Parts: sequence; C-alpha cells; structure tokens
Amino acid sequence: MTMHFLLLFSRQGKLRLQKWFTPIPEREKKKIVRDMTTMVLGRKPRSCNFLHWKDLKIVYKKYASLYFCCGLDAEENELLALEVLHRYVELLDKYFGNVCELDIIFNFEKAYFILDEFLLGGEVQETSKQVVSRSIEASDMLQEVSERPCSR
Amino acid sequence: MPAPIRLRELIRTIRTARTQAEEREMIQKECAAIRSSFREEDNTYRCRNVAKLLYMHMLGYPAHFGQLECLKLIASQKFTDKRIGYLGAMLLLDERQDVHLLMTNCIKNDLNHSTQYVQGLALCTLGCMGSSEMCRDLAGEVEKLLKTSNSYLRKKAALCAVHVIRKVPELMEMFLPATKNLLSEKNHGVLHTSVVLLTEMCERSPDMLLHFRKVWLLVPQLVRILKNLIMSGYSPEHDVSGISDPFLQVRILRLLRILGRSDDDSSEAMNDILAQVATNTETSKNVGNAILYETVLTIMDIKSESGLRVLAINILGRFLLNNDKNIRYVALTSLLKTVQTDHNAVQRHRSTIVDCLKDLDVSIKRRAMELSFALVNGNNIRGMMKELLYFLDSCDPEFKADCASGVFLAAEKYAPSKRWHIDTIMRVLTTAGSYVRDDSVPNLIQLITNSVEMHAYTVQRLYKALLDDISQQPLVQVSSWCIGEYGDLLVSGQCEEEEPIQVTEDEVLDVLEGLLVSNLSTPVTRGYSLTAIMKLSTRFSSVNRIKKVVSIYGSSIDVELQQRAVEYNALFKKYDHMRPALLERMPIMEKTASNGPTEIMQTNGETEPSVPDTKHLPLVTQPANQANDLLDLLGGNDVMPVIQTTLPTKPASAGGELLDLLGDLSLSGGLAPAPSVPVSQPPFLLDGLSSQPLFNDTSAAIPPMTAYSKNGLKIEFTFERANPNPNIAVITIHATNTTEADMTEFVFQAAVPKTFQLQLLSPSSNIVPALNQGSVTQVIRVLNPQKQQLRMRVKLTYTHKGSPVQDLAEVNNFPPQSWQ
Repeated sequence: MTMHFLLLFSRQGKLRLQKWFTPIPEREKKKIVRDMTTMVLGRKPRSCNFLHWKDLKIVYKKYASLYFCCGLDAEENELLALEVLHRYVELLDKYFGNVCELDIIFNFEKAYFILDEFLLGGEVQETSKQVVSRSIEASDMLQEVSERPCSR
Repeated sequence: MPAPIRLRELIRTIRTARTQAEEREMIQKECAAIRSSFREEDNTYRCRNVAKLLYMHMLGYPAHFGQLECLKLIASQKFTDKRIGYLGAMLLLDERQDVHLLMTNCIKNDLNHSTQYVQGLALCTLGCMGSSEMCRDLAGEVEKLLKTSNSYLRKKAALCAVHVIRKVPELMEMFLPATKNLLSEKNHGVLHTSVVLLTEMCERSPDMLLHFRKVWLLVPQLVRILKNLIMSGYSPEHDVSGISDPFLQVRILRLLRILGRSDDDSSEAMNDILAQVATNTETSKNVGNAILYETVLTIMDIKSESGLRVLAINILGRFLLNNDKNIRYVALTSLLKTVQTDHNAVQRHRSTIVDCLKDLDVSIKRRAMELSFALVNGNNIRGMMKELLYFLDSCDPEFKADCASGVFLAAEKYAPSKRWHIDTIMRVLTTAGSYVRDDSVPNLIQLITNSVEMHAYTVQRLYKALLDDISQQPLVQVSSWCIGEYGDLLVSGQCEEEEPIQVTEDEVLDVLEGLLVSNLSTPVTRGYSLTAIMKLSTRFSSVNRIKKVVSIYGSSIDVELQQRAVEYNALFKKYDHMRPALLERMPIMEKTASNGPTEIMQTNGETEPSVPDTKHLPLVTQPANQANDLLDLLGGNDVMPVIQTTLPTKPASAGGELLDLLGDLSLSGGLAPAPSVPVSQPPFLLDGLSSQPLFNDTSAAIPPMTAYSKNGLKIEFTFERANPNPNIAVITIHATNTTEADMTEFVFQAAVPKTFQLQLLSPSSNIVPALNQGSVTQVIRVLNPQKQQLRMRVKLTYTHKGSPVQDLAEVNNFPPQSWQ
C-alpha cells in the first residue's frame, strides 16, 4: 500500500497529524493540505470514500470528528486502504482507550509514534495489532526509564 | 530562568485563544522563549521545546530554526530525546536541505545501537526521508540488519531497503542474497515486508523478475504461503473479521500478478489458488471484498484461462449489486479497464451498469456513464440511447458536455436510421443545448444536408423547437441554418414523417427576426439568422419584407452584422440577377473525418475535450466582389491564397462576364454561407497538400498536353495524381512566350463543369518572359469523384507590348488517364 501522505484533520479543517512519505517542498505540502481539506469536507454525506486528485487516488474516512485522508498511487487497492486506515484507528483506540480527537490533539507525538510502528516508508510494516501495541508499550517503558529525573 | 512550560500546558493555552490574532501572539511569545532557550544550549529542556515547536509547526507556523536542535536531540543518549529528535527530523527536515546530511552519522551509530527500539527509530527515519546520499552511505548497515534474526528489526530493514532501492536503484543487487531467505520466515511482519521488497525489485528490474520466476521458483512458494493463510484456522493475532491477515494476502496476490503477467507457466501455476480465493473469501465485510478485488485484478492481468476470467467478471458484476458504494465504484472502475478485452462478458452486466446511472454518488455516476458509452453497439443502441438521454436530462451540469459528446459519437457510429439520428440530435440540442461542443453545430449541419429525404421533417421539428425556446445557441444556430435552407419545404407543408404544420412565410420571418433582436442571441447566432433570412429571399415570395430587414441591419452596431447586411443589400440592388444562383440549395458536403472527441473516457473529470479554438463565423458570400466568386466557384477556401494578384481592381462588369461565360458549364451552387470551421471543408484540398509532395513520381505515366497555343503564348499541362485521393488530378500549367516581348500581368483562370471541383494555387509569377527564357507555372487540383471526362474553360489575360490582351478557350483534349 504505497502511501504518499496521510493527513488527519477536523471538521473545521484543522490539521491534527501530517505524515509525508515522499519529499515535497513545504509550500506544496501546505497546498496539498488545503486541497485535501477542501475536497474532502466538501463531499456529500453518503458519497463513496474515493476521490481523484491529479494522478493520485485519495481515500478518506470519517471517524467521529476526525477525517483520515491518504493519497495513493493510481494502481493501489482502495478497499485495502480503507482497511489500513481502520487498523490505524484501532491501534489508536487500543492505546488511548476509546480514543477521541482530544487525545490526538494533546498527544500528537504519541500518534506519530504509533503510526511509525505500523507504517514505514508508506508501506505496512506489521500486520498484527498485538505486536504493534507491544512495541509501543516497550518504547514507552524505555522512555520512562530514560526520563528520570525530569519529566516533560 | 524559569523552566519552559510543558507541552500539554502550551497546547491548552493556545486552544483558549479566541481569534487568530490572539493565537499568533501567544505563539510568537513562546517561539521567542524557545529561541532563547536554544541559544543557551539548554540540554534539559531541549526535548520539551522541540516538541512544542512541532506542535506549532502543525498549526502552520514556521519552525525551521528548530532543525539543528533536532539533530542535537538525535545525538543525545536519552531515548526520549532521540524519539522526539527523529520525529522532528522527519517533520522539519527533508533532503532539499543540506542540513539533513548531518544526520547520517547519527543514524549510522543508532543502526548499530544495543537497543532495538533505537535501531528501529533510525531505520524508520531512514526509510521515510533518507536522501540518495544517505541511502548510499547507509545501505550496508541496512543490508546487515536484513540478515538479523530479530524479526522486529528485520521487517523494518526490509522496508528501509525498499526505500533505498527507490532512491538508488543501482543498489538493488546488494540486497539480493539477504532477501532469499526472507520468505521462509514465520513472522507475518517479516513476510509482509519481504513480499513488498520482492515486489519492488520485480517492478524495477525485468531481469530480477525472470530470476525470481525461473531460479528461485517464487510462484510455488507464494502459492503455498497463500494457501496456508487461507486454510489455517483462526489466528487471533492476524484475524480481521474472520479473514487471516488480509494485508498479507493482498500483497501476495499483487506479487503473483506481476510474476504471472505475460508468462503462461506462472499463470497456470496460480490458477487454482486464484480460483480458490475467488470462491471462498467471505464477502460480507469490506476486508473480504478488498481481497476479492485484488484477486480480480490479478486474474485479469495474467494469462488466465477463460473460465477464470468469466469468474472474475462475475465477481465484478456481483460487486455492482452490493449495497456498499465503495464496492460499486471499484467494480465500475475495474469493468472500465476490462471492457476492451472482455467486451462480451461485460455486456452481460449492462443493465446493472445502466442502473448505476441513477446512483446518487457523483463518482459512481461518472464511471457508469463512461462504461455505458463503451458498451454501446449496433444491437443495443436504441435501448442504451434511451437511458443515456434520460441521464442527460437529469444529470449535473458537470456531466452534460461529456455526455452530449458521447451521445453524438455513439449516434454517428450506430444510428439505425437517419430519422432516429436526427431525432436523437434534436433531443440533445433541446435538453443540453448550451453544453454541446462548438464544433457540433457544423457537424450537425453537415449531417442534415446529407439526409436529403429528411429535410422537410428536420426543418419542421427544428422550427417547432425554436418556437419553444430560443436560449440554447447551438440549437438556434442549427435551426436558423435549416430554416434558411429549407424554408420552402416548411411553408409548403410537405412533411411525410409526421403531421405537417401550417406555417406562413410571415410567421417564419417573425421567428427569424425575433432571433435578431433577442438579447439571448449571441452575435454568431444573429449572423446565422440574418443569412437565413437572406436565403429565404429566393425561396419565399415576401421579398420586400426581407429587403427591409436587410437594409435596417446595414446600420447595425455589430460590424459583422453590418457587413453582411450591406453586402446582401448590394445583392438586391446591383446583382439581383446573381441572387438565385448564389442562394441556391447547398450541395451534399463531403463527409470528413470526425473531429470530435474520440476519447471521452477520462479518469479525472476535469480534463477538457479538445475544442478547435478558432470559432469562425460562417463564411459570408461577397457577391459584390466577383473575384471571390471565382474563388467560390473553384471551391475556394480562405486558407489557400488562390489568385491574389489581380482582383479588387477589376470593374464590376468583368465579373459579370465571367459568370455569364461559364454559364453553360453551370456553377456549383456552393456559394451560400458555409460554416468555415476547417472540419467542413472538402478534405481533399487540405489533405494532399499537407501530407503528400505535390509531384509524385509514381504517376508520371500521364502524358502532358498542350492546352492552348495562340499569339505566341503556349500553355502546357502536365499531370500527377495526388496519392491520398485518386480522384484528384494535379495539373501543372507551364506558360511560355515565344514572342520578343514579355507578357506581363499574366493571369490564368479556369472553370470546370458542375460535377468537378477545382482549386488553383498561386502562380510562380505573373510575367511570362519573352523568347522562351522562362515560364510561369501554376498548379491546379481537380476533384473528379464521378470520373467524368475532364473539360475546362480557361481565360487568359495579360499585357503585351503595352496593350491588354484577353482570350478564352475551351480545353477538351485531356488524356483519358487524367480523369479515369
């Protein structure tokens, strides 16, 4: 599932997470974010989850107040992309316990860490939920150990 | 210096800002604090500060001053620092900045770190944003990690290798040995990433692909792994809604697709497993359908047996009936891809596809429309067109242009009868008239001219449509043109196809005049209607009324309209004898290659069809200028400069003479305005010219002839055949002068009988030198579709020894080969 980018944004278009898997200039990133939020937020409620933008397929899904939006190559399997997004949400949910947008706002760096245990270079690196969760837990433990005496 | 505020504290504070300005102020204040903290090289709080900076960066504020700090964090020994440091590097740095290279050493050290989570961070960062230089430097380390027994690191190393290969393809070879054993892993993470790595290698290198196929025997291995996945019982670690590791299944299917493409043996080896997956996968949830989708794509791409292909298309057919929009969309997209190769199989699902036209989702409607047009053929044209026209009526404006073009194309290809064709066009013009492409007007006019027996019916229907609605310009233009041409049929009530309507001449003129004054009409439309009114002067008896209208517009503000009116006026006043001939019925126009969109399948709905952007107004006859009469007689078009040298200076009488002169050869009536978009020009004039050399050796067999020889002037004709069209004879005249004085202002003119068409190109000069010292050459092209005996009347004018000379002659002695 070669992803070019993954964005999370709210219903008002505020960015909550941005992961870029290809090198893109800063200005262009901002433009892409603007385009994605406009396009996705402008969709009618019961439309299908797939869009076309330039030569990419855009797959998006709304979870509560957050939109998860990713850009894929034209030959990718959109249905599987939905599964990938769903898996990420499940991982967040397992970590935060009934995850909501506020969790991701206040713990954005954790959201990134979890993502980095699930995807690497735009591809899925681990297909087992438990393995990912265990890695995150272990990393957090390591962080705690190394953090004494000062906390963030 | 107090401790910098914590990350969560900052986030909370910023969120309390009620305006953008307030937020900006808070951020600026905090940035200033962070900057001074960085300047003080504070190790303790660097991590906290960078984290805050990353938050502000996400809000859209600049954070580049934190880049070096990220590097310092990465170099730190604390895991927390590294975690944030690497995150910061991935967010703030990219390969465009030289700064990123400073990371290389740190990453190298961390790749060899004792803690796997640190190694993992380094691999992740390298695999996400490593530049080519970094990849080159660190590929060796990655390759080492590919061989470790630690599956946590192995899977990350595999994806890191994928990134390295993408950046530096030449390094692919070095990963080959390590990759070999990857598939024997039990760990799904490693398996998955290995399949990704193998896929990347196969896609990049056909040699690798062959190697994997033949030497490693990859296909049976993959088939076995896939089989185990499907057959094995419930595995809680990898289960998704009852399916075991769908991510891995899909990746394996994708790799099988690449391996089986254009290879019979591999394709055969995977037939069974594909059939098994296709029939056994649970379809109640999206995940099962994702696997089925990938299976279908694989089946269609490899050399599968026909039974399997039919199975695949049937799966797509079932998808079309699924409640889930996404699945319907995906089905339509896939069917669109396969409609060319498996046309009949897709046809079976035609009715379902047509139903999708009524779907509420815009993306689905578009796909369904494209697919429907691809499925139209001679057998289903009537039914399909009914559905598509209904769709055209009710669809969003963004679809109308494409749909209208598609309808025209399909109608042109498969129309079962002329009447049906015209009805269909009328339907499109009346429902989506403002959305049709510009060149459909001349195309339609041409179609109508060619359906001779339908003229009365067509003009009647168009007239009725005009009565209803004059806002849609293409419809109005076509209607005006037809009324101008066939108004007599309209008034005489001759229609056979349907109940003839009772219309008087005055009523018709009312309608046309109404178009002229309406502010719904564009200038182009006004032009059409004025010309139509003029043409009716030879078809109707109320000539006085027409004269009045024409003279009124002689002072119109619109220059185009004014010019027309003035010239038509002149036609009434001075050239009334020419009027009937000039305004005669148009001949049947040569059918040209369709200039419409051949490809309306567009994945991105925004693509524009190519429309000729010169929107020419219809060619106006200029009866006052008799030289142009000759132009028109000769089938002239405004592209080719015909006889530039002589003309506007000629007195009016000469023109009249020429016409009278050629009277019994009788003119082709082609002088009424013709839309001058190049499409409708007789093709032969442009074709041969652009693609073929004029002088073609292969037809040198036709002997030359002397066409004229008198008073020292000799004109010889030599012949060629223009290759693209054997009905065209290319004649070159050579004029020579045996007298001792030059013949200056030499002009050669010619006219041919009605069934021919003639084109004269520019002469080489207009002085025929004395004593055969040189010659004037000029090329004539004659279209002779009925292969009749070629005859020509020529007129020569020149000045010799100070006095003008004029002569007329008939040329009848053409060799038979020139016209047979």
